[in-house]
Amino acid sequence: MQSLKSLFRPLLESARDLTPIVLVIAFFQFAVLQQPLPNLGGLLFGLLLVLMGLTFFVRGLDLGLFPIGEAMAHALARKGSLFWLLCFAFCLGFATTAAEPALIAIAEEAATVAATGGMIVDTLDARDGYALGLRLTVALAVGTAIVLGVLRILKGWPIHLMIAGGYLLVVLLTLVAPPEIIGLAYDSGGVTTSTITVPLVTALGVGLASSLKGRSPLLDGFGLIAFASLLPISFVLIYGMVI
Amino acid sequence: MPGLDQMLAVFLDTLRDVLPIGVVLTVFQFFILKRPIPNPHQVLLGFAYVVIGLTLFLLGLEQALFPVGRMMASQFTDPGFLGTQGPGGDQANHWMAYLWLYLFAFCIGFSTTIVEPALIAVAHKAHLLSGGTIGAWGLRIAVALGVALGITLGVYRIILGVPIHYFIIAGYVIVVVQTFFAPRAIVPLAYDSGGVTTSTVTVPLVAALGLGLAENIPGRTALIDGFGLIAFASLFPIISVMTYAQISEWRVRKRMNRLTKRSAGDNQENPEGEYK
Repeated sequence: MQSLKSLFRPLLESARDLTPIVLVIAFFQFAVLQQPLPNLGGLLFGLLLVLMGLTFFVRGLDLGLFPIGEAMAHALARKGSLFWLLCFAFCLGFATTAAEPALIAIAEEAATVAATGGMIVDTLDARDGYALGLRLTVALAVGTAIVLGVLRILKGWPIHLMIAGGYLLVVLLTLVAPPEIIGLAYDSGGVTTSTITVPLVTALGVGLASSLKGRSPLLDGFGLIAFASLLPISFVLIYGMVI
Repeated sequence: MPGLDQMLAVFLDTLRDVLPIGVVLTVFQFFILKRPIPNPHQVLLGFAYVVIGLTLFLLGLEQALFPVGRMMASQFTDPGFLGTQGPGGDQANHWMAYLWLYLFAFCIGFSTTIVEPALIAVAHKAHLLSGGTIGAWGLRIAVALGVALGITLGVYRIILGVPIHYFIIAGYVIVVVQTFFAPRAIVPLAYDSGGVTTSTVTVPLVAALGLGLAENIPGRTALIDGFGLIAFASLFPIISVMTYAQISEWRVRKRMNRLTKRSAGDNQENPEGEYK
């Protein structure tokens, strides 16, 4: 009973997040387009599934993943072993990105588009392989990005020079990458950092910056996510060239 | 309605996706930190919730968000709605005909961003960090405007058919130039705000909208033109947040200048840049 009650608050929050989308779509559907919604029952059921799914997901993150992840990020940041810290940074970035729901959704959609567009063979195996390859590429990129970001906090490198360098890399890779991958690659930067990754990665950055002398948690703790949204672009561009 | 076997397949996939996180946390907790897990029951329950929630979310995505995005895209590009003659004609690609579509893109971007929980948290931190010159509400509106303008421009690009990297590279140049002039404290926050804004619900919906548009507008293909809306939505907030910080700083400086001029009484002009 207690656990059911504790689900009520995230349910309200999920409903609040979904409301503006539903309102905007309903307004345009009925007032502007003036068309009835086909398969209304199926849509509402799907919306209910999304609502329930987000509720359980957010509650589960609060119960299990966030407390243990944050405690661990703090503990490792204070432990002082550079090797294990970087190891943890990479694994954290990789594992959380591989499970990111928005990325799963986009990768499957991209595989379908690539198959119908003739970029890969249109079989279930080829599509699954492409989607998984895409997700692993992005996860690898985020893992590497977090390692770079942690090194930046430790060494105090200036963030804007690194970001500008990253932009330069993206621009150069764009020139040689196949045009089919460019849009998807640019998208993958924004997709990677959402529900799971952001809180855990921020915890690592802030924990690290606050345990070091001469680093401000607000100035140096931020910026990890910027790397995590920049590096996947380059990695996916390379993935498009290799495949 | 999804069948039971489909549910099971998604459930098993989800389990496989979440497993690495569990493995990483377990290995580091037991072998590197050498500590027991606090509240093991609660943590296990949390992981069960995550798997259940992710499964339901992915099923609902297929049922609701993807179909709605595609359907809206095809309805907005329908020649009957646009009032143009046949598909494929020059008239059909005239950008003015898609006015309602731009408004829709703008509204979706603005409304989903303004309620984004991650953004609310970041805005609060920025308010403290800036010593009050940056308002939490002002920042949220700046980011939401950035996302809305980004998605609208992305839709315009799909209709126009211009390669995406021209827009993105131009955006990068603006970001780099702005970085030199923006208040230093805001820079890492502005860079992060690009990644934070695109939420789990917005991403699939916006992606489906882009793909649907590329499929329906004559002369565009989903493969080349379909993706890219999210890239716009994550680039523009960086620009709008730095712009907002610059405007706030400029207004504070102007007010300070006026105050000191009035109180000093000797009508002497204050040297530029004395007040930060």
